[in-house]
Amino acid sequence: MNRVIKFFSFCLFVYLFTNEEGQAARIGELVDTDPWEQIKRFFSFSDRGLQLSLIGAVLFGAVCGLIGSFIVVRKMALFGDAVSHAVLPGVAIGFMWGMEKDPLAILIGATIAGLFGSVLVQAIVRSSRIKQDAALGIVLASFFAFGLCLIRIIQNHEGASRISGLKSYLFGDVAVIDRSDLIIMAIVVVVTVLLFCILYRPFLIISFDRQFAYSLGIPVRFLDAVFQMFLAAAIVISLQAVGVVLVSAMLIIPAATAYLLVDRMSRMIFMAMTLGIMSAALGVFFSFLGSNLPTGPFMVISSSLLFLLAYLFSPNNGRLTKWFKFISLKAKVRDENLLKLLYNYLETHSEAREGIEILISDIANLKKHNQKNMVSDLKRLQKNGAVELVDGKVSLTKEGLSLASTVVRNHRLWELYLTNEADYAADHVHDDAEKVEHLLSEEKVKELELFLDYPELDPHGKPIPGRVNS
Amino acid sequence: MSTESQKCPALEIHDLIVSYQKKPVLYGVDLAVPEGSMVGVVGPNGAGKSTLIKTVMGLVSHAHGWVKVFGGELRDSIKRVGYVPQRESVDWDFPVSVMDVVLMGCYGRSGLIKRPGKMEKEKAMQALVKVGLEAYSKRQISNLSGGQQQRVFLARALAQESDLYLMDEPFAGVDAATEVAIVDLLGQIRDQGKTLIVVHHDLATAREYFDMILLLNMRVVGFGKTNEVFNSELLQKTYGGRLTVLSEIAGEVAKQER
Repeated sequence: MNRVIKFFSFCLFVYLFTNEEGQAARIGELVDTDPWEQIKRFFSFSDRGLQLSLIGAVLFGAVCGLIGSFIVVRKMALFGDAVSHAVLPGVAIGFMWGMEKDPLAILIGATIAGLFGSVLVQAIVRSSRIKQDAALGIVLASFFAFGLCLIRIIQNHEGASRISGLKSYLFGDVAVIDRSDLIIMAIVVVVTVLLFCILYRPFLIISFDRQFAYSLGIPVRFLDAVFQMFLAAAIVISLQAVGVVLVSAMLIIPAATAYLLVDRMSRMIFMAMTLGIMSAALGVFFSFLGSNLPTGPFMVISSSLLFLLAYLFSPNNGRLTKWFKFISLKAKVRDENLLKLLYNYLETHSEAREGIEILISDIANLKKHNQKNMVSDLKRLQKNGAVELVDGKVSLTKEGLSLASTVVRNHRLWELYLTNEADYAADHVHDDAEKVEHLLSEEKVKELELFLDYPELDPHGKPIPGRVNS
Repeated sequence: MSTESQKCPALEIHDLIVSYQKKPVLYGVDLAVPEGSMVGVVGPNGAGKSTLIKTVMGLVSHAHGWVKVFGGELRDSIKRVGYVPQRESVDWDFPVSVMDVVLMGCYGRSGLIKRPGKMEKEKAMQALVKVGLEAYSKRQISNLSGGQQQRVFLARALAQESDLYLMDEPFAGVDAATEVAIVDLLGQIRDQGKTLIVVHHDLATAREYFDMILLLNMRVVGFGKTNEVFNSELLQKTYGGRLTVLSEIAGEVAKQER
């Protein structure tokens, strides 16, 4: 719900923002922009402003990935969101300090505001019946509102021209990043990376098992405060490029993507940093192509696209990967079942050997299948070299026989295992074996054979075929 | 007096009162656990068994009384105390391997900053061998069954090489064969002169597993050698209904004091 409201308010913001003053300038710029020229300009890296933007993107993308990894595994995503909103009044106050954009004053002001916000959340939770999610909602919204008011006051007081730098804190514009910003960013990134290298183990233990961390004598509360401080700092240095509203996405999305892809914390951090840098750089690229479109949204869109790719194609858990596996298993099961049918037919009518011909109509009848379908299924098997089709008759090839007898062996071995070892009744085992026969690996089959002492007959008295080498 | 009884107890608790939101969970608990014993903490649900362990570990603050570990503050001998939390208290999807978790147990000795070295890895591996999980060392923890998860926690505790272990339901969700293996392992630890305090849910097995029993229901109903304490009268007292009057009055007292 929270997110939905935020999304619409963001759309409203963008609408107002673009209507107010942006339109005229942009259309003019767009006319003489050839995308191809822009791409060439981008990759020549000769544009001074672009260089600064890209360095900035690399810096904050990395630090967001690092901090974000811990945010994701500690299930603190909402907390990160709250802190990112809570920094806004600090930005405004930092600005008021010298009535100009002084990056250091803004960093200090915003970090303090962010920390104050997180302390307030904890205080509310500890001293009242309000639970954490509601407390986060309260603090997030009120700090944000307070920040908006302050910015408006500055705007009224100083006139719109002087606060152009301040506007980027709301929506994110990488182009306003200048040399002094970059220096601050670089310092924050270096200190953060160093700190997490040194304190990696205690942070890991606290994140995994807080109570155990206490029991080891780790100063958990102190390290929590350190973590929150660096979280606030990471948010602040990303603010100008991404904007208050969207900055938490840069913490969460690259780290969540990495979480889908790898299963070790160290690798996850490394990958999240890489993805953070990639998303930020892609955002710069797209916004450069479209002549200074707002960078923040493009960075977030880039990172969500990367997330989508990981969600669909992750080698272990990707949705599409799983679907492909499922489909190919289904095809395998269909083919193996047909081969098994041929094998069983041969076994009952003559003998299971290669080259013996069967009338296709016979097996079609057996399966109550339409002859046409049966032929097309068999043709697929023929393509794989498992059967041969000659005028209405089908015969197993050597490979086909080998495959078929493997499946039949798996089936009968499993039936025997279930009846002998798991005390299944002999008339119950068939259905289970129908499923298991396609899934047993070579090793498992060997294990079963050894365990059952190389049996010759299944529980129904049918012979268990030996290994046929193709 | 023999030298044995002069030695200070591994764990001593005096007049301990712990409340959650002004409702007392433990009330006037006195306890002295001698070194080298294996104590089963038994009592009905909500008797304060986990709370007792957490209070000793300093995870829950107490309103009154004191806890001494090896004759002093927990802080001073924290490296000698190992804690095995309930299995459900952590997220088993966390991106770490079995080995990583066990190495967390070596942390106390290796210091705050140092990365685990070769010696620690060997120690962790030995602990895994003891619980029979050496083949799983490189697996991510989400691929483990409940019993295996519990054994990982145990291996982590072993890697700590503590002198006093506090274990919160190490048998919860564990199959019978694993339970026997764990009990066997705990016995070995005890035989090395170490002290174990184990929260246990199952009355039927408590009698054979532990040499001392603590019957707990908000206060100590009985504590001593298993065959002395494990009688129907004390069990009846432990399990026969909650002490509603005591609970209410103590709650009133707590409210007055604030």
